[in-house]
Amino acid sequence: MNVILFSILTLSGLGIFFGMVLAYAAKKFHVPVDPMIEKILAKLPGANCGSCGKAGCMGFAQALLAGELDLHSCSVTAAENKKDIADLLGLSLGEKAKKVSSLHCCGGSRAKDRFLYDGMKDCLAASLVLGGQKECRYGCLTHGTCVKACPFDAIVMTGDGYPKVLEDKCTACGVCVNVCPKGLYQLIPYESAKAKIYVACSSLDAGKVVMSVCGVGCIACHRCEKACPHGAMTVIDNLARIDYEKCTGCMECVKVCPTKVIKVRSGV
Amino acid sequence: MAKILAIVISNLFINNYILFKFMGLCPFLGVSKETKPAFSMGLAVIFVLLLSGLMTWTVYQYVLLPFGIDYMRTVVFILIIAASVQFIEMVILKISPVLYRALGIYLPLITTNCVVLGVTVLNTEDFFAGGSAVTGSFFYSMLQALFAGLGFMFVLLLMSGIRERLELADIPESMDGLPIAFIVASLMSLAFMGFIGIKI
Repeated sequence: MNVILFSILTLSGLGIFFGMVLAYAAKKFHVPVDPMIEKILAKLPGANCGSCGKAGCMGFAQALLAGELDLHSCSVTAAENKKDIADLLGLSLGEKAKKVSSLHCCGGSRAKDRFLYDGMKDCLAASLVLGGQKECRYGCLTHGTCVKACPFDAIVMTGDGYPKVLEDKCTACGVCVNVCPKGLYQLIPYESAKAKIYVACSSLDAGKVVMSVCGVGCIACHRCEKACPHGAMTVIDNLARIDYEKCTGCMECVKVCPTKVIKVRSGV
Repeated sequence: MAKILAIVISNLFINNYILFKFMGLCPFLGVSKETKPAFSMGLAVIFVLLLSGLMTWTVYQYVLLPFGIDYMRTVVFILIIAASVQFIEMVILKISPVLYRALGIYLPLITTNCVVLGVTVLNTEDFFAGGSAVTGSFFYSMLQALFAGLGFMFVLLLMSGIRERLELADIPESMDGLPIAFIVASLMSLAFMGFIGIKI
């Protein structure tokens, strides 16, 4: 009988004791949380990609509220959500051109290997071995580190051995730009009316070298430069470059390019 | 001295809580993907183990044993561990938001971690004899709690190191992720079984 009584008394005593301690602590150590953060967080994508420079969307919401960052620091959030957040915070929202990531190489399996690489299937690891296994110093190492890194599954491996950006999924968060050891990704303007093209090569080698290592890169023949009626194409350091301010998307350069390295973007 | 050494070696290697007693398996597989969170988790477990070791020993010695209701220890220990972890979480949130962010997610997870309950219950079995504390019982209990936590962290770090390498390895698709982690865990456990041969 005593045992039952003691058990009940002890357990309820402990329960009441801890309950009171916790209730007291909840009051004493209460930290107010701004309800605004929850509201902002609900409108953010929640991918925690880190492209704004904060550790995650929570950090971005706090920074927004504190006025450290503005909404443009997040390239991922959809335009209508940004508008909602701007309404919440009473901020004005200027327009900013949408961008998309693109891979400036199309060598893939056509680019020749210098040696047989048999290490980890990772571009960062491969690039540490004499700068990678490809003959071309500038080209894609084809191990798909960007495919794994993309937080939005917007990069896929193509049958030609190099990755491709799916433009409808790409949010221009810039993760691939940072992760590629060869720096092959660039964010280019999205506007579908003009600038539908990009140069799928980053090689600064002379045309002869490019022809011998992959045959599909920019050989610096200057034909696009002459063909462009708007002066948007220039060849600097053996590589054709597009001035997206001037380009109208007339596609004259695409027609004359002998190696077809000026490519039309997949999403347009 | 021999007893201290026995507790240290036993908790770290021979009777390792994860690989020999199979306690705390959820964090072992859940938080072992990267080394950094694994380290924080290990620290949080050590912290909670020491705290709950202290509280449960005191309650067992001064409440449960005098009233002769030590059969209640599992229920009481769960109550104590859960309440103290909750309390500590509130205090940390107030006094050190940085530490809270580092430990924050892991602290509530540990509340129901069986390592914590296992160590505290084993303390009462190992260092109490015939209804009263053996000599140096409190010191031994805390030592056991500390080295159980260190053993836990040690294995968690080993596992996370291996899994970081596995991330980049060329694994068949059907085996990628958890399946290969389970195989690694079983091989590690087999290796740790070898420590049974140690006689102290």
